[in-house]
Amino acid sequence: MFLQQLINGIALGSTYALIALGYTMVYGIITLINFAHGEIYMVGAFVGLFATAILKVNFFVAMLIAMVACMLLGVLIERIAYRPLRKSSRLSALISAIGVSIFLSTLAQMLFGANAKGYPEGVFPVKQITIGSAEISTLQLLIIAISAILMISLEFIVHKTKIGKAMRATSEDYNTAALMGINVNMVISFTFALGSALAAAGGVLVGLLFNAVSFNMGLMAGLKAFAAAVLGGIGSIPGAMLGGLLLGVTEVAGVAIGFSSYRDAIAFAILVLVLLVKPTGLLGRKIQKKV
Amino acid sequence: MGDFLQQIIGYINPYYLQILVNIGIGIILALGLNVITGLTGQLSLGHAAFMSIGAFTSALLTIKLGIPFSINLLLTGFITAAVAALIGLPILRLTGDYLAICTLGFAEIVKVIFLNLDSTNKALGLTVPAAITSIPMPIVVWIVVILSIICVTFIHSSRFGRALMAVRGDEIAAEAMGINVTLYKVQSFAIGAFLAGVGGGLYAHFMGYINPSDFGFLKSVDILSMIVLGGLGSITGSVIGATILSAAPEFLRFMSSYRMLVYGGLLVCMMIFRPNGLMGGISFTGMVLRALGRKPHLKTIMEQKIAETSRPGNGNS
Repeated sequence: MFLQQLINGIALGSTYALIALGYTMVYGIITLINFAHGEIYMVGAFVGLFATAILKVNFFVAMLIAMVACMLLGVLIERIAYRPLRKSSRLSALISAIGVSIFLSTLAQMLFGANAKGYPEGVFPVKQITIGSAEISTLQLLIIAISAILMISLEFIVHKTKIGKAMRATSEDYNTAALMGINVNMVISFTFALGSALAAAGGVLVGLLFNAVSFNMGLMAGLKAFAAAVLGGIGSIPGAMLGGLLLGVTEVAGVAIGFSSYRDAIAFAILVLVLLVKPTGLLGRKIQKKV
Repeated sequence: MGDFLQQIIGYINPYYLQILVNIGIGIILALGLNVITGLTGQLSLGHAAFMSIGAFTSALLTIKLGIPFSINLLLTGFITAAVAALIGLPILRLTGDYLAICTLGFAEIVKVIFLNLDSTNKALGLTVPAAITSIPMPIVVWIVVILSIICVTFIHSSRFGRALMAVRGDEIAAEAMGINVTLYKVQSFAIGAFLAGVGGGLYAHFMGYINPSDFGFLKSVDILSMIVLGGLGSITGSVIGATILSAAPEFLRFMSSYRMLVYGGLLVCMMIFRPNGLMGGISFTGMVLRALGRKPHLKTIMEQKIAETSRPGNGNS
């Protein structure tokens, strides 16, 4: 029972973590809460759905197509809606992000209708594996494995490549990085592309897990992933992973104990409680304020 | 008196009347959030939560106790403000985006609690009986609007308001000047929540039906967009922003399904072309005084300054 719930929680939590990474990376570089991120995740789920249903491609290819499509979308959104606002107040950029989010979800509703759609049968053969008392589906294992691979490659990109170094420098100090000859605009576009690709992967995996893709799936998932990013300390990549897993596990545990009607509140209750004890999140850096 | 007013209201097209009331309620909510976010600089993404607390409190006061509407609204406001102070005391220690996500979380928790309470009829929502008052609702709404504009204007120009602006400018510097930052933040939170509660009470009685899902994240975003669109911290801006955004869905109705699409696009364009809001950096009272000739025009002030500094022997060479 315990093991079963733990696996359920980790599978759900890793999808939260995948979305949360996009929030935290964008925030780390331009301190913008990218509210359109949840919508990118939704678009990713739809692209994956159409790739498997219409193009009849393999599941992994579908996920790659979704990731590439969302990369382009993320970069496009940044160009149109955020870049002109980089010098103005942060709230204006926030409202702009919310505008993009409303735009995308309404567009999805008009194009794909209001009903939830499922992935076609047999996209991924699901088998149940019994370990002790727990029944674990291969789908959950797949989700955990793909998330882990993606997160490890992200860590590799951020810490071992030249562009990752540029990203870290830009998030440290935007202006100084520009003075050092880093093409800051390119770095920001790259960050959006990376985050959006991860969100798209998360969207395809969640669409497969719950077998439902709908135009409004981005809102709640986005809010929870954002909560996960803040819980781990916004701006910190390991923090987002930790926060996502923690939220997923507590949510599943809460439902298992019997608070299923309070499901959406559990994540936020945990968040509020943690922030009250540790105001910068679990792994957030403490910022010394100077006058 | 009541019949006479009712007659006047009868002359107005009910559809326009509804838009007018929506605008009025929007203005009250925007003014409340403007005190919290515009004046004190505390980003709140959960203003709709206070609206829903107000709406349900007010509805229950009418249903269970049958209190006259004027007292009902006041009580609702105070109860909402008390809840806000209680919530605000711990969470207002957080700053910036951490506070924003906390208010967002609080709003979601409030929504889920209302969705699960028996006294609020769970997910079915609550049917609210007519308000116990002889004055027609649209007039009540606009009386409250005018009262709240006057109150917020007073707050803006008072010692209290200047303290709030100091907190917005720099918390540490404000504290060094002897301002009790936490106290002022909680007070501004309570004032904003008071207005939101009153707005919620009006909304509940005008609509006649409330559902916890009406007060979700999108409602909070709606109110925030109003004050950012109008210009943060500006009362005139809040009024204009609330008017535009409350009326916009109605005027965009001819596009039916494209409505929200255009609304989203409009938000982005507005921010790109006027990032400080429509009324950002423009002072309405200053404009009126200048038009009346009671205050010198900016251009003349500048010319005087230039004349002073370029005068020989001024000693600043």
